[in-house]
Order: sequence, then structure tokens, then C-alpha cells
Amino acid sequence: MIEIILNGDRHKIEQSTSLVVLLQNLKLDPLKVAVERNLEIVPKTTYQNVILLDGDRLEIVHFIGGGNKDFL
Amino acid sequence: MTFSMNDTFTVAGKIFSSRLIVGTGKYKNFEETKCAVEASGSEIVTVAVRRVNVSDPSQPMLVDYLDPKKYTYLPNTAGCFTADDAIRTLRLAREAGGWNLVKLEVLGDQKTLYPNMIETLHAAEVLIKENFDVMVYCSDDPILAKRLEDMGCCAIMPLGAPIGSGLGIQNPVQIRLIVEQSNVPVLVDAGVGTASDAAIAMELGCDGVLMNTAIASAKDPIRMAHAMKFAVEAGRAAYLSGRMPKKMYADPSSPLSGLI
Repeated sequence: MIEIILNGDRHKIEQSTSLVVLLQNLKLDPLKVAVERNLEIVPKTTYQNVILLDGDRLEIVHFIGGGNKDFL
Repeated sequence: MTFSMNDTFTVAGKIFSSRLIVGTGKYKNFEETKCAVEASGSEIVTVAVRRVNVSDPSQPMLVDYLDPKKYTYLPNTAGCFTADDAIRTLRLAREAGGWNLVKLEVLGDQKTLYPNMIETLHAAEVLIKENFDVMVYCSDDPILAKRLEDMGCCAIMPLGAPIGSGLGIQNPVQIRLIVEQSNVPVLVDAGVGTASDAAIAMELGCDGVLMNTAIASAKDPIRMAHAMKFAVEAGRAAYLSGRMPKKMYADPSSPLSGLI
């Protein structure tokens, strides 16, 4: 097992997990989200090839309702 | 009414017939959001980019209620206080949605939510270099508005009053100056409280109005969305009509000759 930081929280995954497998495990539709890995955008077309490493920092985001007064 | 049908509005090469852009935040639920957006007649909706709730991915998503094929999603950076956060957010938004049209908003102060123009200029420069089409929330300073246009922003969006205040258009002189000098669309973004405020923005010659709270925080948001649709159309038609000059004294409407 290795540990990554997923949306700010520690998260344990199997070694050599690809991004596409992580999204499957999280039951997230890759078409509806975007992923940032260590501050770099991960293009959707490469999800299959990206193997997550110990200590990776991932941000997985999607669109929510918002106008101009929402805060993180 | 064919004249209003032909009165389209173009931003970043895309043609829209509605001049009202609505936010999708602060509604009771997605069903209400959907009904209000439909009632507003808007074709562009602003959306926020936020972390997915990884512990409960089965929660409903906005895209299940507002079809991104039917509505143009305008990702905004609401809540960002630095250029770097805004840039990161919009890069993610582009990857999530697959389009370049975005709304840049960098705030400078928690209390007033006034835009931080120094950070906004910096972010706009980076985003334009990365081929984003940037609609930019900004202060009502005509010099800065011109600078943003010269940099390549595709729409200038000054505030009419602080975000969420509902105070109406507090700065008609500045808005008018920005409208007159701009060669890209100018939209009032923030400050509208009720329908007449939207009409005033349009009568000043703005190309459109962006609002969220005025609709979402009304007691009956769906009816208010409907009112806003008409207010924007009425204000636009009045602007195109060319209003009568103001006079200091009365001027009778009926002829004075032939009085008994």
C-alpha cells in the first residue's frame, strides 16, 4: 500500500494503481471530473497511463452550482 | 417582434440570443436551479469548480440537471483570492468541461468581495497566453477596463454594486464610460437586486447582465427569473429605441390648437 493526498486528505491505495483505476474505485465518471496531480493538470486521455506514486497530491474536481459568492 | 429576435450577442465567436447570464448557486436544490434557469431564458450559466466529495460520489451532480450540451457552462473562479488559485481553477475547469470560455474573478476583500485588479490583470495575462477566452469580472475603472480589453479579454464585466448586495446600479456614469469605449461585450456582473436594476444596466447600453443572488434569494426565484428575462429584453429594446431627451419642464402631449 502507498499513501496519496486526495482532495486534502490522506488516502491509501495499492501500489501501481493507475488514475483510471482510482476513479473506478471511487465510482467517479472520468467524463465528469478533472484531475490535478502535484499541481499539473492530467489530460483525460492519459488517465490510463498515469501510475500513482507514494506522496502524490491529487485534486479531483467537478462543476457545482455557483454564481459569484461561493467560497472554498 | 422580429427586431428582438435578430438582436443577438456574440462573445468569443459564439452567438447567443439571450443577454442574461445566470449563476447556479444558492438554490434550494438542483430542481429549483433547473426551473429558474429555464424561466430566465439564459443560454449561459456560471458554474463553480469544487472538489468532488470522494466519500459519497453518488450525490446528484449539476450536469444531471442542466445539460452542458444545451447550456454554455461558464466556469468561474468565485472564491479565489489570488491569480494562482484562479489560474489553477480554470485549468481544471477546461479539463473537466473541454471548452475555453471562462469567467475570471479574483477577489480582494472578504467584506466587500471587491475585485483585486492587480491579481486579475496577472491572471488574465497568463490565461490569454494559454488560449482561454476570458470574460473578466472587474472594477468599474474605465482605464483598467481598457487595459483588460487590450490584453485580449473577450468580455468586460464591471460590478454595478458589491456581489450579493442587491443594491442596483450604483455607478451608471462609470458603466456608461466603459460601454462607450469598449469594442468587446460589456456586461454588468454583480449588484442587481430586482428587475428594474437589470433594465437600467441594459438601458446604459450594456450587452448583457450576469446575476445570481437576485434570482436565487428572491422569495419566488422562478418568478423572479422570469421577471429578469423581461427586464433585460425591455432594457435592451429601450436602449436600441433611443430614449427621449430629458426636459426641465412639462411638454403637453395633446395639441393646444382647437381648444374650446
